[in-house]
Amino acid sequence: MILETAGERRALLDRSHTVAMVGASPKADRPSYFVFSYLRTKGKLDVVPINPTAPAIDGVRSYPTLAAYAAEHGPPDIVDVFRRPSDAPQVVREAIDAGAKAIWFQYGVVNEEAIRLADQAGLDVVVDRCIKVESARFDGGLALGGLNTGVLTAKRRRR
Amino acid sequence: MSDRAFGFRTRALHAGTPPDGETGARALPLHLSTSFVFDSTEHAAELFALRTYGNIYTRISNPTVAAFEEKLASLEGGLGSVAAASGLAAQLIAVLALAQEGDHLVASTNLYGGTITQFSVTLRRMGIATTFVPGGNVEGVRDAIRPNTRAVFTETIGNPSGNVADLAPLADAAHAAGVPLLVDNTFASPYLCRPIEHGADVVIHSATKFIGGHGTVIGGALVESGRFPWGAGRHPLLSEPSPGYHGINFAETFGEYAFLMRARAEVLRDVGASISPMNAWLLVQGLETLAVRMPQHVANARAVAAFLKSRDEVAWVAYADLPDSPERALAAKYLPLGAGAVFTFGLRGGRDAGRAFIEALELWSHLANVGDAKSLVIHPATTTHQQLSDDELRAAGIGPEMVRLSVGLEDVEDLIWDLERGLAAAAKVARVQA
Repeated sequence: MILETAGERRALLDRSHTVAMVGASPKADRPSYFVFSYLRTKGKLDVVPINPTAPAIDGVRSYPTLAAYAAEHGPPDIVDVFRRPSDAPQVVREAIDAGAKAIWFQYGVVNEEAIRLADQAGLDVVVDRCIKVESARFDGGLALGGLNTGVLTAKRRRR
Repeated sequence: MSDRAFGFRTRALHAGTPPDGETGARALPLHLSTSFVFDSTEHAAELFALRTYGNIYTRISNPTVAAFEEKLASLEGGLGSVAAASGLAAQLIAVLALAQEGDHLVASTNLYGGTITQFSVTLRRMGIATTFVPGGNVEGVRDAIRPNTRAVFTETIGNPSGNVADLAPLADAAHAAGVPLLVDNTFASPYLCRPIEHGADVVIHSATKFIGGHGTVIGGALVESGRFPWGAGRHPLLSEPSPGYHGINFAETFGEYAFLMRARAEVLRDVGASISPMNAWLLVQGLETLAVRMPQHVANARAVAAFLKSRDEVAWVAYADLPDSPERALAAKYLPLGAGAVFTFGLRGGRDAGRAFIEALELWSHLANVGDAKSLVIHPATTTHQQLSDDELRAAGIGPEMVRLSVGLEDVEDLIWDLERGLAAAAKVARVQA
C-alpha cells in the first residue's frame, strides 16, 4: 500500500523498529549520512547501513546486501533507499526477498516500476519523502526549526 | 493523529502551539534564553552540523520564535518560515539566500519606499542589481528577466499605491524563466490572501502590521512554499557546495527544505537580524485573533472609503474594493474577502490641504505605520517616501495631495466624524488657494 498521508507515515514509524539503509554513506557531507546519523542518535529506530564498500559507519556494522542483513537480524521493518532511481527496482526485489515490511524511497528516488513491484508484493511504500524529516515531524524536532509539521493537537506532545 | 485539513481559524489558534511538552502549559511559553544546553558532546556536534533539530542560540532559533514561524507557515500554506527582526530584515534574508554579487532581481515599482531603497541603494551597493518594472506588469517582468536574475518581487497590495498584483501570471512568467516569485503579503495578511495558493514561492511579511495587530512590536518573517526546484541550477547558492557550511550542497542535502535551511543556518546566522522571543510571543497573540480582526478592518475601510468617495473635498479614492476601482477585477480574484484596510485618497488643494487635513484630526493617529488596531494617517510625500527622487515618487504613483489611511477597529461613525473635521479644514485651505 502506498502511504500518502502524514497519519499513515506516522503510523508506519510508530510500528517500526528496524531500518536497513541501502546506500548509506560514511561521508559527512552526503545526505544519506545526515539521515543515518539522525536515526542513530535520535529516537527509537535501530538503523543499520547496507553498503558493500564501508565495513561500518560510526561504529555500526554495515552489511553488503539486504540478504546478509536479514540472515543475521531477520526481516527489516523498513528498507530506506538512497540509490539512483534506475537502481530502485532491484533494491525492491532484494527487499521483498529479505522479507521487508515497508520500503521508503528518499527524495528523488522515484521509479514507477519499483513502486508498483513493492506495492504488489504487499509492502508499505513511501515515495519521495525523507525518513528523517518525517520522524522529526512527529517527534517535535521539525517544529523547533519553524517548519510546518501539520500536527495540530491540544494534547501534550510526546517526548 | 488525524489527517483532517483544519480551517484557518483553527490553525490560527493551534498550529505551532500545542500544549508545552515539559509542563503542560496551555499558552505558549516565552523562552527568554539566549542559549540552550547540549545533551552531550555528540548532541552538540550533531546540532552544529545541522544533522539534528534543536536549539543552540537564539540568534539562529528559539522555541517561542519557532512557534510563531510554524503558525504563520501554516496560515500561509507554506512548508516553513524564518522569522526576523523586521519585515525588511526578513526580505533581506530572502534575497541573500538566493542572490550574491553580480546577480539581478526584477521588482515592481509599486513597493514600499523602504523596500525600494533596500533594493536600489543597499543591495545595489552589495552588487545585486534590480530592474524596476512599472506597475509590475507581467510583460515587463518577463522582458526584464536576465540569465542572472534570481527572483521576481512584488507586493500583493502595493504600498501606498493600492494596486493589486496579478500573482498567477507573474508566477508563471517567473517560473517559465526558472525564477521564483517573492511576494510581500503584509497589507493583505494571510487571512485576505495566501500568495502561495496563486503560485508564489516565498511570502514575506512585516508582522509589525496586521499580524501583530496592536502596534506594539517590530517583527518580520519569510514563508516558503516548498515547491520551487532550488536544485535545478538557477541558484548556485543552494545547489553548489557552500563554504559557509563546510561544503554542504543545501538542495541535495535538504531537498524541499533547502531554501529554508540556508536562510536560517547561513543567512540569518550571519546577518544577525533575529527577532526577540518576546516579540515573537506577542506576534503569536496577534495571529490567534487575525481572522477576527481582519473582517472588521475591512468593513470599516469600506465604510470610510465610501464616505470619502461621496465628498467634494476629495479628488479621488484608491481603494481596490470600490466598485469603480481599476483594481476591482484583480481584487475580486485575489482578495475576495476584501482589499485590506490601507488605502490612499487625494485631497483637492494639494500639499497644503493635506497638511491642514492631518493637523485637524483628533482620533486618527499621525504616524508612520499601518495595520494597528487604531486608525492611522500619513502624508507619504513628506514622510515614508521622502527619500525617493521625484521620478521614483511619480513612478510609484504618489502625488503631493495623497493621504494614506490605515483604518482601525474603532466605531466607524467616530472615524467618519473625525474625517469630516479634517475635510472641513482642508476645504478652508483649498478655498483660500482658489
